[in-house]
Amino acid sequence: MEVLQYEFMRNALLAGLLAAVACGIVGVYVAVKKIVFISGGIAHASFGGIGLGYFVGINPILGALLFALASAIGMGFITRRTKLPEDTVIGILWAMGMALGVIFIGLTPGYVPDLFSYLFGNILTVPSTDLIFMLILDVIIIAIVILFYKGFLALSFDEEFGTVVGVPIDALYLLLLSVIALTIVILIRVVGIILIIALLTIPAAMARQFTYNITKMMFLSILFGIVFTFGGLWLSFVLDLASGATIILFSGIVLLATFGVNRLRRKPVKV
Amino acid sequence: MPTEEIVKVENLWAYYDGEPVLEDVNLSIGRNDFLGVIGPNGGGKTTLLKVILGLVKPKRGIVSVLGKSPEKSRNKIGYVPQVNLFDRDFPINVWDVVLMGCYGNIGLLGRYHSEDKEAAQKALETVGGLELKDRQIGKLSGGEQQRVFIARALVAKPKLLLLDEPTASVDPAMQTEFYEILEGLKKQMAIVLVSHDISAISIYVDKIACLNRQLYYHGSKEIGPEILEATYKCPVQMIAHGTVPHRVLKEH
Repeated sequence: MEVLQYEFMRNALLAGLLAAVACGIVGVYVAVKKIVFISGGIAHASFGGIGLGYFVGINPILGALLFALASAIGMGFITRRTKLPEDTVIGILWAMGMALGVIFIGLTPGYVPDLFSYLFGNILTVPSTDLIFMLILDVIIIAIVILFYKGFLALSFDEEFGTVVGVPIDALYLLLLSVIALTIVILIRVVGIILIIALLTIPAAMARQFTYNITKMMFLSILFGIVFTFGGLWLSFVLDLASGATIILFSGIVLLATFGVNRLRRKPVKV
Repeated sequence: MPTEEIVKVENLWAYYDGEPVLEDVNLSIGRNDFLGVIGPNGGGKTTLLKVILGLVKPKRGIVSVLGKSPEKSRNKIGYVPQVNLFDRDFPINVWDVVLMGCYGNIGLLGRYHSEDKEAAQKALETVGGLELKDRQIGKLSGGEQQRVFIARALVAKPKLLLLDEPTASVDPAMQTEFYEILEGLKKQMAIVLVSHDISAISIYVDKIACLNRQLYYHGSKEIGPEILEATYKCPVQMIAHGTVPHRVLKEH
């Protein structure tokens, strides 16, 4: 494997691994709680932070972190506390975040480097500093999920019963959306804002076909995430295609193929 | 035996989107009462349960559970929601569903203790569902799911058990078995069962109330056809398929 001699390749594989851990764990909650659309909204709204980063001259990823967390809390709070339809709120904040990004970038003097890689990802240009940042976010995500495992389970399975037995459902929902925001920030570097939603959903959807245990589902989902990012990265290298898009297409094709195989076999295998 | 009052509802009004759902409701439930509440869909049955749970705030009136506010007494209430409201594909087994009933005792960050697991085991035994322990919840029949949700409500050893449309997904052949479980629980707690289906309220309940925004309750299970007509606001025969429904209730 002479490609591993290159630092950019080692960094790319590490980035893929760190991304797979985050999207494997959090993607399971996105899948079972059916909050794909709100996750997509948080991801797109974070573009405002990318623009802010360019405008004030800080690392755009930090701007994205700020915007992702703010939009997660904002969407969660508005959808829980008002009678506005949830999808309307998500749609509005989704577009407003992106619009802010466009405005900030327009106000930034001169050339804006790397913009395309934030939108569509470029796993081959992840610098070592961002890897450390991704690792820290991974550790935070894992710690929160271990600590609040039971609460997140009650939140996902039966909110009303959770409330009755004293689980602070609304607060946990905001926490879960914040964890999704952290995951999104990790994934921006790998597949970009526009394509994130696929990595949040496909590994979990794959894992769901094989198990009915939520913890096993997380481990399997991490495993599929690794296979998808590494496989997609290798394919993009061999075929000379954009890495983020290749990872997503590869994952999607594998998922659809397993759906097809399961359908032919008529019954899914579950343990 | 002194009749301890478990639930007291006085002159209670509750609204949903500006529309009254409960109008001037009065209700008293004693310690070993088994109360059946019947009424048409949209008549406020679920809202009444949610008021007792403190999930819905009444606009006017008093509700107290075990002499305290519903929120403070929630850990003494076992709640069995409508079975058809959960995601059947959810990756969770019966054992983990039942353990959810202990959350109130162990707190958000706590771990399960051996007594929680014993309580879960005992609750599953009570409903005859111990052998379902490792099955995925969505793979069970409606009746089995219902028993699992009752077990989940029993884990915290409640003084009051609230069941929302519990027989809706239980096939008729299993209903007797279902009521026998409740009959066994009656000695340990008060039970309130709501249903839109008159025939679902069997001979096992001790008292019957009719609810269609207003509550008609006389502390017994003798209900005249005029009350049923007032409750359902339509000819009663429509619901009970011909025969006079109060005969079903009187037959004992």
